[in-house]
Amino acid sequence: MSDNTYGDRLAIREALQQFGRLNQAVSDLSDEADLFAAGFTSHATVNVMLAIEDALGIEFPDELLNRSTFVSIDALAHAVGMSRGER
Amino acid sequence: MSERFAARAAAVAAVAAKYADEVDSNARPPLEAVQALKEQRLLSVSVPTRHGGEGASMLELSQIATTIGAADANAGMVFAMHHSQALILWRHGTKAGVRRTMRQVLEEEWLLGSATTERGIGGDARRSNCAFTYPSPGRVKVVKDAPVISYAEAADAILVTGRMNAEAPASDQRMLICPKGDYQLRKTGTWQALGLRGTASDSFILSAETSEDMLLDDDYGTISAHTALPTAHLLWSSVWLGIASAAVDQARSTVRRQARSSVGFPPPGQIRLAELMIDLQSFADSVRHQAEHFDRISDDPDALGSISFAMAMNAIKVTSANAVVDLVMKALRIVGIAGYRTDTPQSLSRQIRDALGAPIQINNDRLLTNNSPLSLMAKVDL
Repeated sequence: MSDNTYGDRLAIREALQQFGRLNQAVSDLSDEADLFAAGFTSHATVNVMLAIEDALGIEFPDELLNRSTFVSIDALAHAVGMSRGER
Repeated sequence: MSERFAARAAAVAAVAAKYADEVDSNARPPLEAVQALKEQRLLSVSVPTRHGGEGASMLELSQIATTIGAADANAGMVFAMHHSQALILWRHGTKAGVRRTMRQVLEEEWLLGSATTERGIGGDARRSNCAFTYPSPGRVKVVKDAPVISYAEAADAILVTGRMNAEAPASDQRMLICPKGDYQLRKTGTWQALGLRGTASDSFILSAETSEDMLLDDDYGTISAHTALPTAHLLWSSVWLGIASAAVDQARSTVRRQARSSVGFPPPGQIRLAELMIDLQSFADSVRHQAEHFDRISDDPDALGSISFAMAMNAIKVTSANAVVDLVMKALRIVGIAGYRTDTPQSLSRQIRDALGAPIQINNDRLLTNNSPLSLMAKVDL
């Protein structure tokens, strides 16, 4: 796990709160919770992606732009790490 | 893209991309990419399995050409031109010298060039002034004043057209493989063009003497209709598709950057990008569809010789040449000033200049002229 992970998760939660159009408060969701079960849609993923990229100054590579990247806060945090070239 | 060659094509593309700007500004051949093609054994990839090769289909060659062309159109064009010559060997040659050249492509990754156009024939590759002469039994000679031989000085052999003999009419052509060592090149002009500057399409007088078993079996009319023309048009189109996709990628990354700074309020370019990506998809669909068309009939002489196939192969060239120009210009509008500049990472200078050659090299109007009488004789193959 990288040192960025706490900040990453905050930024991810902030992006989800603002643009995720979920049917429950992000603060009620665990890092492992299925976001699509909480009302996340593929249309909403676009703005969440852009907001995370903007907040963290990264760009998700094309190969990470699939449903599994957006399935949970954990998955998004992992994808952020991958985008920075971390494993 | 099919997985079979994806990694090897990507490896060549990475090398080609690294040197693309230098190749362009110095108007020199993409030698590093050619070396990478050899290392990745992609110059022999079209050798049929029955000759011990990997038997890449036209669809696979098309995909490789696009991948390399997106990185550097010059390197893509070398790949395209080489394979449209290489395929001639397997498809139209049986003599001992031709078979030797096949082995050299397979085992030594020989790079093949071609000398088809000639001064004084008005750009029509289906006519020759120069003639093959036979100075002694088993030997053949030719001297050709060629306005263009692409990457001649990097090639290991050059395929040359000429009249069958000194008495033959201009259209009665044969094709001869001239291996390195059996020809001299005297440069009469250098290639200084707006785009595709690295194809090194210089002018030369080529003087060759080699053994008679280096002649292809079929007359060049058949070689052209069945192999040289369709494969050249398909593979050039594939490279142009690569140029277009590189420009669209740049447009996409621009819009994404703009969207990031105002999440929830899509930037104006976003709808243009959506439109552009539809154009790119249909461009790709038509190129790949016609590549599969060739694969389907590639061993059927009647189908290859049909009017509808000739029209389709001219159509794909004309369509693709127009599409690449249209797409890069639309991409430029989206990328904006950073694409117009030549000193930015977003610059589309190379893509624009490379694309502009497409409707000109083998002029679209010449192909339309060729198609116009045919269009009275056959319907479009839907």
